[in-house]
Amino acid sequence: MGEHLLEIENLHVQYNTDEAVVNALNGLTLTLDKGESLGVVGETGAGKSTMALSILKLLPAKVGEITKGSITYDGTDIIAADNHTMRGIRGARIAMIFQDPMTSLDPIMTVGDQIYEVLELHFPQMNQAEKNQRVDEILELVGIQKSRRNEYPHKFSGGMKQRIGIAMALVAEPELLLADEPTTALDVTIQAQILHLMRELQKKYNTAMILITHDLGVVAEFCENVVVVYAGEVIEQGSVEEVFTREKNHPYTEGLFNSIPDLTTDVDRLIPIPGFMTDPTNLPKGCKFASRCSYCTDICRTEAPPMFAEGTHSIKCFLFQQKGGE
Amino acid sequence: MKNNKKKFSNKSQLGMITFRFSKNKLAMFGLAVITLLIILCITAPLYINYEDVYKQSMANRFISPGSGHIFGTDQFGRDLFARIIYGGRISLLAGLVVVAFALILGVTLGGIAGYFGGRVDNIIMRICDVFMAVPRMLLSMAVVAALGQGTFKMLLALSIAAFPGYARTVRASIMTLRNQEYVEAAKCCGTSSARIIFKHVVPNGLGPVIVSATLGLGGTILAIASLGFLGIGVASPTPEWGTILSENRTNIRYYPYLGLIPGMFIAISVMCLNFVGDGLRDALDPRMKN
Repeated sequence: MGEHLLEIENLHVQYNTDEAVVNALNGLTLTLDKGESLGVVGETGAGKSTMALSILKLLPAKVGEITKGSITYDGTDIIAADNHTMRGIRGARIAMIFQDPMTSLDPIMTVGDQIYEVLELHFPQMNQAEKNQRVDEILELVGIQKSRRNEYPHKFSGGMKQRIGIAMALVAEPELLLADEPTTALDVTIQAQILHLMRELQKKYNTAMILITHDLGVVAEFCENVVVVYAGEVIEQGSVEEVFTREKNHPYTEGLFNSIPDLTTDVDRLIPIPGFMTDPTNLPKGCKFASRCSYCTDICRTEAPPMFAEGTHSIKCFLFQQKGGE
Repeated sequence: MKNNKKKFSNKSQLGMITFRFSKNKLAMFGLAVITLLIILCITAPLYINYEDVYKQSMANRFISPGSGHIFGTDQFGRDLFARIIYGGRISLLAGLVVVAFALILGVTLGGIAGYFGGRVDNIIMRICDVFMAVPRMLLSMAVVAALGQGTFKMLLALSIAAFPGYARTVRASIMTLRNQEYVEAAKCCGTSSARIIFKHVVPNGLGPVIVSATLGLGGTILAIASLGFLGIGVASPTPEWGTILSENRTNIRYYPYLGLIPGMFIAISVMCLNFVGDGLRDALDPRMKN
């Protein structure tokens, strides 16, 4: 087990607000190998972004708190690491791509300078000419002419800004890339371009990647493995093939699939998942999905199901107890 | 016009701001007058003999403005033009120094307070509140009374009185900026807090501060003149616009030009600085884009 790049064990994160304690992550566990691409799927509020911020230890100060569990990155205990160590990891070894490229670039700094800054922070031994050359290279690589490096972000379109965001994330050649819904703010044609570019660069640098999204199509296209997150815990994980064949799925995953229009069958209505996300300030005792689940039994309301594994595919639901539990 | 538009779109943000500013006639007029005044003051030694500033001559008292002495002479026969130009060097420069010093202090403290919030913010802002609670003029007088008279001490006093205003302005704009995604992006790149504050956050929130600094410059010149007039600013015989006014106040009844001319210099420079400030505010406001 020691060779995993990233290991998250039983992670609990809560936000202490004035009104209530919000349980954002409730025992999230996942592992990631070098070069692997993992899709993290879940609806709004499931804790996907909280997970990404926890990995970088950038939860809002005083409000966000890791109460239990561990995060180990390449042998380093992230939770115990001090600020200085974390600054060395951020950007250099773990980089992040943001959801909204419109706001994730500093409007008064040229794009070249913003990429240059990352190099300045993490490669003090590099001389200026080398750094400049590296900026030019990475810009060309993401498909921006290097002659535009002295222009300001407002002159670029959304897709181009996201390319710049990717350039910024990859310029230091990190081992892990966290992409927090990188294509949500872009239109569909640009989405495809950006995903294609990310995959190409991921292969080129052999970067591991966590792709956070609520778009199952993107995951199918892009990732090797999937975890489905609900109410702050992983409820299903497996390879893309295992999950997407839809032979065996957690009822929630099934619900997600049912809410996507399928062009091959003639159905008038989509089947949405009834109800809303469980209130994270007041979590139920048993299975967190019980109140919305059509297969719900008595045991679901009183006892939280463990993970039932079948090979690499595991599901957190009592329905699968007989098959893979023992 | 078409050609103009094309040029416009190719400009950087700074370019756009200059472009918008240059279209504001009143602001450009103000800038021109201020520039002229500053040039006149800087080049003063080229056309005025420094001795004229102090040289007294009882035979030449109260000469009305005319060919020999453009602005006439005062009760000691000193050339008023020489005194006003050399006085401008102190008035304008002192104004700039005060604003610059107050800005540095205010932006640093306001930036730190706004970015970190919480306890740090509370401590810094309460200190500012203490300074703000005392009227500016009174505070300056108190500092001068405590430390003794002198140009440097007066500048220090005015700076201390002025910085809380800038700190407040900066803090307010930083608080809206610190949650922007690019700040988070910078954190994710491993940028240190100090670097984020002074490279990413403060420059983005500087617009309103530049405006209030320009407007504050006029106010500061006025404050220096007021202190001079009260006799606790720049000490006579060193010329300074307010001090000149003060020296001549007893003779204003019979020789009104002695009060009018230095007063006009104060009024014109303050007014023009206000024009520039207003123009800057409009130019920095993106809603005025056209």
